[in-house]
Amino acid sequence: MAYDKRLDGRKFDELRPVEAKVGVVPRAVGSAMFKIGKTIAVAAVHGPRELYPAAFQNPTSGVLRCNYNMMAFSGSGDRVRPGPNRRSKEISMVMEKALMPVVDLSAYPGSVVDVFVELIQTDAGTRCAGICAAAMALAHAGIPMKDLVSSVAVGRVGGKIVLDLSKEEEDYEGHATDIATAFSIRTGQVTLLQMDGPLTREELKKALELAKKGCEDIKKIQTAALKIKYGDSK
Amino acid sequence: MSEIVRDHILELFGKGFRLDGRKFDEYRNLSVEYGVSSKSAEGSARIKIGKTEVVAGVKLELGEPYPDTPDQGSIMVNMELLPLSSPDFESGPPSIDSIEISRVVDRAIREGKALNFKKLCIRPGEKMWIVIIDIYPINDDGNLFDAASLAALAALKDAKFPKVENDKITYKEQGKEKLPLETLPLSCTVCKIGNHFVIDPGVEEETLIDARLTIGVLENGELCSLQKGGDTGLTPEEIDTMIELAIKKTKELRKVL
Repeated sequence: MAYDKRLDGRKFDELRPVEAKVGVVPRAVGSAMFKIGKTIAVAAVHGPRELYPAAFQNPTSGVLRCNYNMMAFSGSGDRVRPGPNRRSKEISMVMEKALMPVVDLSAYPGSVVDVFVELIQTDAGTRCAGICAAAMALAHAGIPMKDLVSSVAVGRVGGKIVLDLSKEEEDYEGHATDIATAFSIRTGQVTLLQMDGPLTREELKKALELAKKGCEDIKKIQTAALKIKYGDSK
Repeated sequence: MSEIVRDHILELFGKGFRLDGRKFDEYRNLSVEYGVSSKSAEGSARIKIGKTEVVAGVKLELGEPYPDTPDQGSIMVNMELLPLSSPDFESGPPSIDSIEISRVVDRAIREGKALNFKKLCIRPGEKMWIVIIDIYPINDDGNLFDAASLAALAALKDAKFPKVENDKITYKEQGKEKLPLETLPLSCTVCKIGNHFVIDPGVEEETLIDARLTIGVLENGELCSLQKGGDTGLTPEEIDTMIELAIKKTKELRKVL
């Protein structure tokens, strides 16, 4: 069956409703909430602070450390067993890699900047929502950055290239292709790219264009949330 | 905490004031929001006490009843002190502080018979519901004990049974039937700092606590759980004063949920 209409009625290049807010964890140096559809991520930045054990310290620069965690009740289906697992460790790692290209920690040798990301509710696109929240929290914390990072999933559902897959679409007929992407819009760089499933070279090109457009829209929302906190300079 | 802040707080206490201008027996602003994770959890809620924020979610699982209570369901309470919520919390296995809060919240719900455990049994000796409450602080600005207990009860209040097909939970559609919640055993933690009895401590005040008592109170004013903490002892007279205060304050908390 051709996928002519999306399951939730969106256009093929349309994001789910997005909400963003900074300052949601007052005890952290910087924090943000990013909600896309029903996926809700909260990120908080602690540090720069001394990194222990000292063997992990970098004498020339600070270290960025991300920690992704799903709350036990946040999964669709059974309870998620608390604590780190292979999936959450990999996501934590790719989040670091997605953010590092824009973050400059050279002023904090021997230190760590901790970014904790918690998912309160999930409906696909959790690592992307986590990266969006983390980038805003880092900016809110005043960490030197070249740009924000904006992140969204794209993919192929029933032969169509679509933006921001929902859980229903990920499961569509048992074989959707899901690509997690993140962009630094200002530098034009892709900082996260993970794909599950088949896709042609041409389709990937189209998908990345679509993802970039989605990220441009997300960046506007991220920036607006930061401006609400700090006031527009204009 | 720096000595100057500590001395300042104690000096203020001597004059009858607290750092943020509250009375000794006054809670900060309390608010509750239900269904914060309604898509994924069977029940969920967010509690804010001042700037302290805690979320709790309820998931249900099917299991085999324990041999000593073959006709009853069971509960499990789990609190994780997220390093997100405070620079003082570290990643890793559950700390003793998180274990204590989990167990204190569990005890009030279990011993206060908040849930009708017999109604959580599906077939005696064969199938029962396990109600799992997971509690997470988002921002720790003090008094996680009371916030966690309120969040757990609010999430229970929000919770509905999932649909079951052939003895397996199906998540295709959400259920409508509420959990058999019969009463709300509310907890109030009274702290002794110097000669003062203080409730709802902020993070600075928490570092000064000599002794604390978490008191679970039922709707009829009867007690259902107690937990003493802190490094100094309490006299029976002091305990009685603290309980009187907790009974009074839990009446206020009851209006929030």
